Amino acid sequence: MSIITVKNLRKSFGKVEVLKDINAAVKEKEVVCVIGPSGSGKSTFLRCLNRLEEISGGEVVINGHDITDSKININKVRQEVGMVFQQFNLFPHKSVLENITMGPIKILGTEKAEAEKLAIELLGKVGLREKASSYPGELSGGQKQRVAIARALAMNPKIMLFDEPTSALDPEMVGDVLEVMKQLAKEGMTMVVVTHEMGFAREVGDRVIFMDGGYIVEENIPNELFSNPQHERTKAFLSKVL
Amino acid sequence: MDIISAALPILLKGLQVTLYIFVIAIILGFLIGLVVALLRLAPIKILNWIAKIYVDAIRGTPFIVQLFFIYFGVNSLHIVSLNSTTAGIITVAINAGAYFAEIIRAGIQSIDKGQTEAARSIGFTASQTMRYVVLPQAFRRMLPTITNQSIISLKDTSLLSVIGIADLTQQGQIQASATFEAFKIWLAVGVIYFIIIYLLTILANFIERRIQLR
Ligand SMILES: Nc1ncnc2c1ncn2[C@@H]1O[C@H](COP(=O)(O)OP(=O)(O)OP(=O)(O)O)[C@@H](O)[C@H]1O
Ligand SMILES: [Mg+2]
Repeated sequence: MSIITVKNLRKSFGKVEVLKDINAAVKEKEVVCVIGPSGSGKSTFLRCLNRLEEISGGEVVINGHDITDSKININKVRQEVGMVFQQFNLFPHKSVLENITMGPIKILGTEKAEAEKLAIELLGKVGLREKASSYPGELSGGQKQRVAIARALAMNPKIMLFDEPTSALDPEMVGDVLEVMKQLAKEGMTMVVVTHEMGFAREVGDRVIFMDGGYIVEENIPNELFSNPQHERTKAFLSKVL
Repeated sequence: MDIISAALPILLKGLQVTLYIFVIAIILGFLIGLVVALLRLAPIKILNWIAKIYVDAIRGTPFIVQLFFIYFGVNSLHIVSLNSTTAGIITVAINAGAYFAEIIRAGIQSIDKGQTEAARSIGFTASQTMRYVVLPQAFRRMLPTITNQSIISLKDTSLLSVIGIADLTQQGQIQASATFEAFKIWLAVGVIYFIIIYLLTILANFIERRIQLR
């Protein structure tokens, strides 16, 4: 059983079709990495999975919910799907602790004390327990991203989506964030990761999807895709990034 | 000096009226501004239009005309009967509301789209996102402009004297003609306005510092 099923997904911005007939499935506990050149539609694809982008056509089923159905309560589905952004998007007017507890308290109705206990636990997990009372503006990029991961995890999601989580980081910060993601994968989180980190895709990914021009050109287990790409476009891309 | 000390209690009574009208009108105006800003940004065309027409109508006409329209115009229809104080409060509120609407709209739009996306991705509804994430940040940015508009509105209240409201300006007028000491009386009135506006500015700066992002 797939926890994410995408059938004939199309997405247009105005007249420009950015996703053209995307078909994909992600199994529970699977880590799928999405790679491809800039502008190929990776972010758009990811953002269709929690309907941050309105879907133009096709079907997207997330943990049993058909999110293309206009009657569905998308806010409920989003609680099950965490998302981590390239630009972190922490709430600058809230402390680190509040960033993490806000969702559970306001959405799930968790008691404040309990939400804070969970937040501290999650901060420990991402190695930032001592930053609970700091504000986002006082953190480095790598720390911000780890807080963003903790914030997403606080909703106890079934799926985590990552959109180039390390692309905005100084090189020395990348490792810490990838380490947290690896740990998460190890614990059995279902993850879809758009990334330029080929090392991470190879090491942690169960499967790699290569996108180009709004299509999924090729997908395979990492070793196969990296060492034995089938399509010219995949070869061309890999020769540039590897 | 005797003139001033004799007139001062009366001027301060006028000041009370000015402040009473100002405080109520500015709170109402702010609420109007918030609602209109949200209508302006709502994903429904007709609401955007209504909000835009309101804002443009207020910005495109003089305050005094708005005042006469509400006090004389609306009253002449004999549907409602507004006393001068009510008409004054309504006019200042409606006037400030249009400017606040533009300030709040700009403030909301200045907040990075990523903030909204992050909140929505967690599962916040559109209105929760507005309330917990966008507006608190927007207000911090808007505070200086909100203060500015509030000061303008406070000064606008002095025009209410023309419909017979016994505000600070009106009391000044009465005292000036009663005492034949126009210079001293108007100087005193000016100083009182100045002090109030100065205190308002200090209050705004204090709030601004309190809520400043770290
Ligand atoms: N909101 C939008 N409005 C119009 N066009 C958009 C919008 N968002 C994305 N696009 C276009 O859709 C295409 C795919 O964009 P997308 O961001 O999904 O690419 P990507 O693969 O994530 O690229 P990158 O590696 O640079 O992040 C691009 O051509 C982009 O210009
Ligand atoms: Mg992208």
